Amino acid sequence: MSENNIETPELVDFAVTARKYKTQLTKKFKNRKVWIESNPYEIQSFIPGTIIQISVNEGDIVKESDPLLILEAMKMQNRIEMPFTAKIKKINVTVGDRIPKDTIMIELESADE
Amino acid sequence: MSLKKNILALRQKKAIVEKGGGDKAIEKQAAMGKLTARERILTLLDQNSFHEYDLFVEHEERNFGMDDKVLAGDGVITGTGTINGAPICIYAQDFTVMGGSLGLKHARKITKIMDHALKMKVPCIGINDSGGARIQEGIGALAGYGEIFYRNTLSSGVIPQISVILGPCAGGAVYSPALTDFVFVVENISKMFITGPNVIETVLGEKISQEDLGGARVHAEITGNAHFYAMSELECLEQIKELVSLIPHSNQQKSTKVEPKKPTFKKNIENIIPSDPKQPYDVRDIIYALTDESKFLEVQELWAPNIVIGFGRMDGETVGFVANQPLYLAGVLDCDASDKAARFIRFCDAFNIPIITLEDMPGYLPGVDQEHAGVIRHGAKMLYAYSEATVPKVTVILRKAYGGGYIAMNSRHLGADFMFAWPGAEIAVMGPEGAANIIFRKEIMEAEDEDAMRQQKVKEYIEKFANPFVAASKGYIDAVIEPLETRGLLLHALNVSKNKDDHRPYKKHGVPPF
Repeated sequence: MSENNIETPELVDFAVTARKYKTQLTKKFKNRKVWIESNPYEIQSFIPGTIIQISVNEGDIVKESDPLLILEAMKMQNRIEMPFTAKIKKINVTVGDRIPKDTIMIELESADE
Repeated sequence: MSLKKNILALRQKKAIVEKGGGDKAIEKQAAMGKLTARERILTLLDQNSFHEYDLFVEHEERNFGMDDKVLAGDGVITGTGTINGAPICIYAQDFTVMGGSLGLKHARKITKIMDHALKMKVPCIGINDSGGARIQEGIGALAGYGEIFYRNTLSSGVIPQISVILGPCAGGAVYSPALTDFVFVVENISKMFITGPNVIETVLGEKISQEDLGGARVHAEITGNAHFYAMSELECLEQIKELVSLIPHSNQQKSTKVEPKKPTFKKNIENIIPSDPKQPYDVRDIIYALTDESKFLEVQELWAPNIVIGFGRMDGETVGFVANQPLYLAGVLDCDASDKAARFIRFCDAFNIPIITLEDMPGYLPGVDQEHAGVIRHGAKMLYAYSEATVPKVTVILRKAYGGGYIAMNSRHLGADFMFAWPGAEIAVMGPEGAANIIFRKEIMEAEDEDAMRQQKVKEYIEKFANPFVAASKGYIDAVIEPLETRGLLLHALNVSKNKDDHRPYKKHGVPPF
């Protein structure tokens, strides 16, 4: 029972609409992922896996829907394609790399420059 | 042979099989800090009440060198017994026999006892301690799992089903507990996951320990897969006994009535809630002030603690409590809290347990993570569960009841039978600050001193709307009551509801937003 509870919890200000309440946070709430707007010039892994082929080089101008690399995950070879025509600015992975989800594999820049 | 000799031979034969995997394996089990399957059953059940079935069942696998392997009871102990006199069916996987691995005959022993439980309308308790599917038996093991899941589903809502995780429970094995009503876990002993750390590392390259991936604490606090968390096996078995004593034993029964007792909680119920609506308190103190002997068995205490659910007795009979907890996240509803409450409400409704809702909530939790996690879909589960429930439903609004949360927390509009509000209750479409900002936007913007005007308008709004009397004037609240009257009125409401007869249109089943 709480009457026997000796620990004094830390209360923080917690805004729900216009009012701030004094309350405790949960571990899960503290660890929640903060949303970040995705950058279209970064090609990220949508699943953890292994890079088994890279079809482009830094500096290449690649057309929309052309293959960039193959990311193998769950016994499936996923062909990662160019989302729009652009220049390959930087390749952050090499063949054989095992990468987690949301790794920035390739960075792009506008082809006009 | 004379009958005497036969009897002696039987005893010998039994003694061998009852040894499970043998002394060495039993020593190993003890070294892991674990009881054996048989010890667990005998500790949980009333003395001398256990009767074993299928002790002499043997596997039939002939491949991979299995033909000359003898597995005691095929790695699982099944039978019937009593807990505080109440009959139950039980099975316990025996880790000392080939790691408690599940083969077809092992599974068939389990499904036989499950069928028995369903037919006899008694609770079924499964103690899981198994390395998983017996690979040598191949698809036979998978068939076994499937047959268990099928029966878990058929029994759901008919008899209470309890899963106790006292060892590893991985792969397909985890889905039986997930289908049952209550899952018990023990620190350092329980491990549950679909794919273990080894697979995750080889396939995906992510390194994590068993404990961090699917240990007891993870399931009690993060995933919500576990309902009860204990520090030792003995504590866990005591928790099971307490739960079994509180819940009805089938959907055709009510809970066992015990002698009514008064609350023993010392705090005055009038002094629990701070007058400042922004200050928290522990809503369990209100529950202690209401229940017989101030006892409350909380379910899923660590997961989504912003809502409190659990069982207590009122006038000797079991009731389910659903209460917002201002101590955590200000008591908001979010994905997890809605999920947690909705399933509990459905359990209570299936098993004839009246539901008392204690409300003090500022609304749904705002945030991108919540919206993207599907707070619409999860939040809807609560509306569904309350609307669907036909057991007696009583609500007491303790303090705040704003917006969508007011509707969700068993409002009159979702079919509450009794709606009570304490005199300090604020029943409104939103908090006064937010409402004043919208309604008096023009006045506030045009004022010389915006802040002073805002304060004044907030005050006006509180006086006019942030009270229980607007809702009471429309009949949405039946009575505005004094806190000290609460227990008496709840007992009265439950008494009046004894023969409640409420029907829903015929359907095969509803389609809730799972």
